[in-house]
Amino acid sequence: MSAMPSMPSSAGSNTTATTTISTVGPPSRRNTELALLAFAVILPCFAYANVGLALNGEMPSGMLGYGLGLGLLGGVGHLVVRKFAKYADPLLLPLATLLNGLGLVMIWRLDQSERLARLAKAQGFTFQASAPNQLLFSALGIALFVAVVIFLKDHRILQRYTYISMVVALILLVAPVFFPGKFGAKIWITVPGLGSIQPGEFAKIILAIFFAGYLMVKRDALALASRRFMGLYLPRGRDLGPILAVWALSLVILVFETDLGSSLLFFGMFVVMLYVATERTSWIVFGLLMSAGGAAVVGSVEPHVKVRVMAWLHPFAVYDNPRPSWATTEQIAQALFAFGSGGVFGTGWGQGASDLIQFAANSDFIFASYGEELGLAGAMAILLIYGLIVERGVRTALAARDPFGKLLATGLAAAFGIQVFVVAGGVMGLIPLTGMTMPFLAQGGSSVIANWALIAILIKISDTARRPAPAPAPSPDAEMTQVVRP
Amino acid sequence: MNKPVRRIAIFCGLLVLALLLRDNWLQFVQADELKTHKNNRRVDIARYSQPRGNIIVDGQAITGSVETGGVDFKYKRTYTDGPMWAPVTGRSSQVYGATQLENLYDRVLIGDDDRLFFNRTVDMITGKGKKGGDVITTLNGKAQKAAFEGLGDKKGAVAAIDPRTGKILALASTPSYDPSKIAGANDGKEWTSLDKDKNKPMLNRALRETYPPGSTFKVVTAAAALENGLYKDVDSKTDSPLPWTLPDTVTPLKNEGDIPCKDASLRVALQWSCNTVFGKVSADLGNKKMMDEAQKFGFNNDKLDTPVRAAQSIYPKDNRPQNAMDGIGQASNRATPLQMAMVAAAVANDGKLMEPYMVDKVRAPNLNVIETHQPKEMSQPMSRDNARKIQSMMETVVNEGTGKNGRISGVTVGGKTGTAQHGVANSENPYAWFISYAKGSNGSPVAVAVVIEGSDTMRDDIAGGALAAPIAKKVMEAVLSTAK
Repeated sequence: MSAMPSMPSSAGSNTTATTTISTVGPPSRRNTELALLAFAVILPCFAYANVGLALNGEMPSGMLGYGLGLGLLGGVGHLVVRKFAKYADPLLLPLATLLNGLGLVMIWRLDQSERLARLAKAQGFTFQASAPNQLLFSALGIALFVAVVIFLKDHRILQRYTYISMVVALILLVAPVFFPGKFGAKIWITVPGLGSIQPGEFAKIILAIFFAGYLMVKRDALALASRRFMGLYLPRGRDLGPILAVWALSLVILVFETDLGSSLLFFGMFVVMLYVATERTSWIVFGLLMSAGGAAVVGSVEPHVKVRVMAWLHPFAVYDNPRPSWATTEQIAQALFAFGSGGVFGTGWGQGASDLIQFAANSDFIFASYGEELGLAGAMAILLIYGLIVERGVRTALAARDPFGKLLATGLAAAFGIQVFVVAGGVMGLIPLTGMTMPFLAQGGSSVIANWALIAILIKISDTARRPAPAPAPSPDAEMTQVVRP
Repeated sequence: MNKPVRRIAIFCGLLVLALLLRDNWLQFVQADELKTHKNNRRVDIARYSQPRGNIIVDGQAITGSVETGGVDFKYKRTYTDGPMWAPVTGRSSQVYGATQLENLYDRVLIGDDDRLFFNRTVDMITGKGKKGGDVITTLNGKAQKAAFEGLGDKKGAVAAIDPRTGKILALASTPSYDPSKIAGANDGKEWTSLDKDKNKPMLNRALRETYPPGSTFKVVTAAAALENGLYKDVDSKTDSPLPWTLPDTVTPLKNEGDIPCKDASLRVALQWSCNTVFGKVSADLGNKKMMDEAQKFGFNNDKLDTPVRAAQSIYPKDNRPQNAMDGIGQASNRATPLQMAMVAAAVANDGKLMEPYMVDKVRAPNLNVIETHQPKEMSQPMSRDNARKIQSMMETVVNEGTGKNGRISGVTVGGKTGTAQHGVANSENPYAWFISYAKGSNGSPVAVAVVIEGSDTMRDDIAGGALAAPIAKKVMEAVLSTAK
């Protein structure tokens, strides 16, 4: 990949050329980003107005504050990128802002649900509006984004922290075991009085750093020292260590934290990165076999996972009479109803009844709310936005000039993609439901903050990838020849 | 490293593609199925989001809708004189579903019927909410009231038909229930008590319960005798020994009391309700011929839709002694009150049985009629001459026989009483029956069947005349007064 596309082709051979190097680099695309960002702010504003008009017949009172708030967040992000990551990918920030903005609108819309308010009252809770908190978390997310863009001068610095990352990731992953589980999954760290965080969201990024650093060092050994067997390169026994360790770890998560989603996410990310590092298809085959084996065994033994699988296979069994003992929630059925009732064009903002999903309508199941209110058209648009973010991440990996950057960008993009697949697939009944959230859309502080950090790292890698190489110092010899004129 | 990265890009693209395909499957292919799934609460939410269309009797709505103030269901169903009309309307409950007309005409009542499409489109353009259409019934308010009040606190049912058209004029069942009380979202207690009530107040006895028809079935037996040419003259002697033993048995068939049944003519036999005469007629004709005739009256029809489907009245294949007992309505044949009203109606309409129906018109919210029911002939169980003969016999029953309580001064009334024994060794309280018709200047405007369960005071054949006939009389009077 040429860093200096504007270099004239004759420059190398022609000693008489007077202008050899253009000082104009590739376009920074910052203005493109700004235009897209304006769109990404205005669109949720219209959605917000739409909800207000549908629910109360008037423009929502918080309209101005909401529009300004989102605009400010996007604007700050943009200015920081313009200053500190000039050549960054122009799509990532607007896409993330759009999803974050739309997520806020849906969370606010579900805050207005009288049905959820009455449900909370009936169960003895006080119903809390989630949108203000989510706006706060979004601000924190942008703050982390800004901090990463400013202070992470070069993503390669992260390589130094490979083993520290491993330790931190392990702590984050194991910690929830010691805290009480919520809603059938132990994926939270609860701090009394302060709330709870989902460490898995942060572990995703930190693990990607560890994997990238580790694989960059070990990739030759993993790729070359192997035996060929039936068309596959079989790794040596001792090289199997790392993949076995990660596999075991993901099974531990599955068993002790009963979190199918995180387990799938981490293992999937590792296999993807291993494949990219070694270019050996055999790793994919191994990975698939191991995850299939592990999932089959755990799925048939661990009761909580078994329940999820049964509920996936028979979503409407909860309405059977008599009801099977494992059919404890009608959430999946309600999510499917929400999708079906939305049809192709949806009911329109504020006019669906996805709050029938009751608990978690604005977090794990928020995608069903979009499916109902925006229809097939809107839901596909959202999936495509996610697809775009993932592919921009992979594009960044292609453009990156260092193997660490390539691995890290691929890992983060793939993790993001796998997460979207696992959550949306779960909500749509494509795979068993897991306890993860749609990045940026779903209510939840950990998720939104961590994903802003993920976007920030991708932006830094893409900036480094597209930044023109500094102009070489002028050769004193060339100067000399220029002086002597005929 | 770029080759595997590109492959990962394809892999991620496939993940998104899988999601897109699944989304299309859910929201396009399966959308309708999920949208109308019976457990999808949105169906009920939409159903009760606007006032429901009404069910109408004599130009007056007997149903209504009130705002609930609830979240899910904005309106709920109310009923005027609910217990009286429950056998007609059925219920529309937010929790326990809809039955009868409320169920069958649900799409009209909520405004979703395809024939209301134009209406809906106009409303959508002009910004008006969806409205439901109305269901206009054939019922007669006065007759219904007479029937319901006549039954009072007794357990029983009344069905009245206009023999000329088949219009159902009254359909009462007691004890009844008020569907208003179980219409809402929080009426579980009332529902449970109704559901557990051993008197089954939610059972529509007029349409859905079958009883042994007792002596009222002798009208069918008489029609079979005349139609099959067993006897031609209703006033000449029949070949009826007394005592008479049931075929293939040593059991003599008894009459109620000391009545003149030996070789009695059909007229006299019907007048005094002679078991021996009609039992022998049935035995002489045989099971096949009896069953054929009963089927022409509507027995053994499992698809009698009014449009609410009536329970199947039965005249079964039987052995000879049972078939003889069937001839006097005391074996395994069973009939709904509607079926026995149809028997009286066929006789009154000179042998032509009209198909019973209770929905006359369906009306769009803009008052355009989108469906009108045309009276249909169902069958001809007997010739006009034979029908006239049976009419004169049934009129004798009312004027000089067991049905004197059905007499209306100045009006020709024909009828037949019945008291059906039931239970092991006839131990339980018998059912008192009365079927009748009244004649006006322009054919017969009303035929009625009344059945009363558990009349413990009387066990002989007079019970039907004493308990059921006065109710039939009031219903007939009500219809005659409105027919003027």
